[in-house]
Order: sequence, then C-alpha cells, then structure tokens
Amino acid sequence: MPADNQAVKDALSKKGAFGADLDLEHYDEGSGDTRTIDDLQSSEYKDYMEKVGIVADEINRSGTLMFIDNGMSHCHSNQQEGLELMSVKDAVKKYDWVKDYFWKAMDPAKDKYTAKTYLEDSDGYFIRVKSGYHIKDPVQTCMMIDTDKTVQNVHNLVIVEDNASLEILTGCSTSPHANDALHIGVSEIYIGENSDVSFSMIHSWGKQTGVRPRTATQVGKNSRYTNNYVILNPVGSLQSFPTATLAEGASALYNTMCIAHEGSDIDTGGLVYLNGRDSNAQIMSRSISMGGHMCARGRLVGNAPGVKAHLECRSIIMKDGGSTNAVPELEAHVADVEMTHEAAVGKIARDQIEYLMSRGLDEDQAVSMIVRGFLSGSINGLPPALQQELDTAIEQANLGD
Amino acid sequence: MTEMLKVVDLHACAGEREILKGVNLTVNEGETCVLFGPNGSGKSTLMSTIMGYSSIEVTQGEILFKGEDITDKTVDQRAKMGIGMMMQRPPNIFGVKLGDLIKASSPIGASVLEDASKFKMQDFLDREVNVGFSGGEIKRSELLQLTAQKPDFILLDEPESGVDLENIDLIGRKVHDLLYDGSCPGRQRHVSSLVITHTGQIMDYIGADRGYVMKEGRIFCSGRPTDLLKEIKENGYGECDACQQIIKL
Repeated sequence: MPADNQAVKDALSKKGAFGADLDLEHYDEGSGDTRTIDDLQSSEYKDYMEKVGIVADEINRSGTLMFIDNGMSHCHSNQQEGLELMSVKDAVKKYDWVKDYFWKAMDPAKDKYTAKTYLEDSDGYFIRVKSGYHIKDPVQTCMMIDTDKTVQNVHNLVIVEDNASLEILTGCSTSPHANDALHIGVSEIYIGENSDVSFSMIHSWGKQTGVRPRTATQVGKNSRYTNNYVILNPVGSLQSFPTATLAEGASALYNTMCIAHEGSDIDTGGLVYLNGRDSNAQIMSRSISMGGHMCARGRLVGNAPGVKAHLECRSIIMKDGGSTNAVPELEAHVADVEMTHEAAVGKIARDQIEYLMSRGLDEDQAVSMIVRGFLSGSINGLPPALQQELDTAIEQANLGD
Repeated sequence: MTEMLKVVDLHACAGEREILKGVNLTVNEGETCVLFGPNGSGKSTLMSTIMGYSSIEVTQGEILFKGEDITDKTVDQRAKMGIGMMMQRPPNIFGVKLGDLIKASSPIGASVLEDASKFKMQDFLDREVNVGFSGGEIKRSELLQLTAQKPDFILLDEPESGVDLENIDLIGRKVHDLLYDGSCPGRQRHVSSLVITHTGQIMDYIGADRGYVMKEGRIFCSGRPTDLLKEIKENGYGECDACQQIIKL
C-alpha cells in the first residue's frame, strides 16, 4: 500500500466533495463473516437480486460474485479460459502483483469514504481477463446489505489486460430490514490496450440508505470503456462521481439514468480526464425528479490535442417539491480540442403527450411511454441484458403514482 | 346523409389571439371535404381544435362528432371515438421507437408493421418517432400510424407538402386506401375526411366531394372542389373579399 497512513487517517474526517456529509459513526462496521450461498435460486435474497438485474439461474453469465455485508457469499465461474473471479483477499494471496494495483487509480485520502475503506483493508471482488481473451457473456456481481445500521465497505479490483473484452453487470441492494445502512463501494478498473470494457450498475436501496460508490477507471491506449448507471427506486442519499482517465485513442462513455423520488437525494454523473491524444468521451445523463433532489454532474477535462468530447444532461420534472440541478463543466488545456455540452431541465412537452394521445393512448400510457423512451431509448449502445433489466425496472418504478 | 362532423359557431384562441372566429362546417359520413385558404387563415388551428389539442382554447361554439358533443373531450377520447390526424409538423418523440408506438396504439399495429415496406418505412421502425425524418418520411410515418389506427374520420393537414414527385404518388395512393378502407370506390364510403391543400395535388387521389374556403378564421363558402381550386389558382382569394358569402347556421 503506497499511501501515507497518517494522511488517510486524517481523511476520515474529510467530507466528500459533493453530497450530504454522512456520519460514519452512525454505522457499525458490517460483518466480514462468510455466509455461503451455493444456489442463488433457492436463496432468500433471490427477489432482491433479480430486482437489480442479477440472474439467479446464472444462465448466459460467465460467472457471479456476491457479497452479503462485507463477506463474499458466492463465487461461481463457468471456467471460461482467460477469466479469473475470486475475492480480492484471495487474489492477493495468489498473486504478488495484485497489490501493485491497490489504490493506484483511486486516492485513499480522497474523502472519508475511501479512507474508511482503505483503513478497514476491505475485501471485494477481483475480476481479471487475461490478454487476448474476449469474455462472451457478462460477469455479474451483487452487493447486498443485510444488517441495519451497518456500513458495507468493499474494495473491488477489475483488471482487463490487452486485446481483451469484458462486460460486467453489477446489482446492489438492501434487504428491507437493512434500510438505514451505508454502502461504500470502491472500484478500481484497469484496462490495458485495445480492449473493451462495459461496466453497468443497477441500484435499488432503502429509503434511508446512504450510498457512496467511488469508481476510478484507467483506460489504456485505443481501448473503450462504457459505464452505465441506473437507479430508479427511492434511496436516502446517493452521491457518486466516477472518474476515467483516458490514454491515447481511448474512449469513455458514461450513461446515467435516475429517478429521484420524494425524499431521495441523488448527486451523480461522471468525470473524464482526456489525457491521451485523440481520446474521446461522452457523458449522457437522463434523470427524472418525482419530488426528490437530483443533481446531474458532468465534467470533461481536455488535456491533449485531437480530443473530442460531449456532455448532455437532460432532466424531466414530473412533480413539484424537489429540485433539479444540471451541472455540465468543460475544461480544456490545449487549443486543438472539440468539446461541447447541452443541458435541459423541464416538464414533458404537452404536444408530445397529446401526439401519442391522438393515436389512442390515454394520458398515463403516453407519459409512461415518453418517460421510458427518455430514460433508455435515446441512449445508444446499452448492452441488451441491461436494456432488458432497465425496461423491467422502469415498469416496477411506478411512474404513474 | 348522416353527419360525421359538425362544427357550430366555433371560436378559439391560441394564447391571447383569437384564431377561429365563428367557424361553421359539416362533413357527412363517407364524404371527403377539402379545405382551402390562404396562409394564416386558421386551417391548421381548426384541425388541432377538432383533435382537441390543448394549445388551442375553445371560447365559444361546439364540435359534434357522430352526433355527440366532443368540445370538452380529451385528445385520446376523440381518437378512440374514431378521429385521426395527420399532422404537418408532428413533434419529435425522443427515445420512443416508431414501431413501438404503432404496436402500442392499435390492436392491429403488429400486423400493419408487416406491411411497413409498402410505405417504404421498414427501416424506420427502430428509429425515434419523427427524429431526423425528412418531409416525405414524416408523411409516410403518419400514414402508417393512421393505417394502424383505422379512424372513421381523418384530418389531413397538407398531405402533399414537402414531398418529392416520386413520393407523392405513394402518399396519394395510401391516403386513397385509408379513405376507401379497401372497398371498391363504387360502394358507399364510410370513412370521412377533411383535407387541407394548397396545390390540390392530393385531389387526384381522393375523390373530393366538397370544398370549403377558409379566410380570417371563418369559412367563407363551399362548393365543388375542382371549381374552387380553379378559381383560387386563377384569381387567388381576392374574390372572397368581394363576395363575403360567409357560411352561417
């Protein structure tokens, strides 16, 4: 661990850059005991898992990793060549070099949440794709909080080497009795050269749950990274600002789809450092306020010539009572860049609703069709599995209420 | 003849401005009526008012459809009663695929989609509704949607505008099919329509029964559509000012 321990300890009192300041003392440390689940289908968590896109029968998945609180409960791989799945702790035992990746993309002293994860020496999932391997089916990972008033601290490591590809579907949720809990998920993703990685996260939490994911991705030369984030159910306080750093010719695409229900406070988006020549990035955010607080952030930093980047934050306000902020930022340090942004906040245009009504749809059907289209339909390149999960989640989100 | 649509002394405003200033008009069952009139005379507003769009507020008068007062009915209630509209500039619906809309809007939507190629729309079903469509593509998309919807009364707002010569024949034939609902032209038609046209090109396909001339928010006169078109082509709408034969109740 390269970090200065004292600096990290000091960071325990450092507020996050954005979002409400959560009191870590409010929560006990979640248990690291292992509660092994062999068969996900007969698990008591099956319904919660399926709500966030985790397929219990594991069909069409290359493997599954599941954490309950802070212990790994399930690790199954269909033994595809070139793919390794295990806990981070096991990976450290197996390979000396794993530690070299620890806290390289993410600064442990970034804020109190990363500091806490660092100091707890938290476990997490380890996914590795060796050079030259293309993993056909997605790997799914599930983070479940099962104990009230505890913090789930996980530190995940994903390494995709050169000329390789991987799709990860992550579902995070709480049991109904663990409503007042805190999830801190630190994920470090390292992508080699000429590789393709897609990382999709679906969240479904309790109305009081605090959520502070911290994701940092290093994208190697000519590689492509896609980050999809979906939260459609009520949550207490969620703040996340995942970061990618791009090498020459690399690209990053962030898609965010959120619904801020009454009582929810969501602050999310993406930050991309375009450090390599001819790298490009897109940050697309679609959010709906149903009376909650929604802040959609996006920041693009152009540090090299030939950079192309676009940022788009669109929000629909369905109900009064909350607030909606769109915060798009562009920053360029060289002349030869092409960076744009657009942001729009407002209600659904009446003429669109009535156009669909003129085809015989009633008002609720028209609104829900437009909202569904707004959230997912106008974003290209969602993996088919995620698109399916998203459609189901939108159905269940009770937009009409 | 049974009256399909009867508009009585209709006054309507868009914002503060009164656009319709006492419109009286009747379309009988099976009848195709053509609506002429200079730009800004209120033709499109009349159609939007009949469809029930909330951007227009009715301040006086009533709209009867199949004998029932629909003045206060919502857009979807009117659609379900059998009114359909081909808009000139429909809104973009981001994220909604044309094929999905057609399937959701009609029980026969799925089977109509199989015929999408006859409308040259087979490559558009996965596209977002109206987003980036050309003038001709919008018309074909509207017609495909109406074909799935099967209305009894169709409002067509300039079906030929912005359409190239190659497409006008396709659009004309599809409008014809909608109005005749597949039956032989020798039989009594049941589908009625009100069609706005400036050039009269669409009249080659639809067998128009009656023409109305609209000016300054009112219907000035009615007559044989071909005669009216000839007069307008030769002398414009100037004659209306001299004539002032406003249709009254």
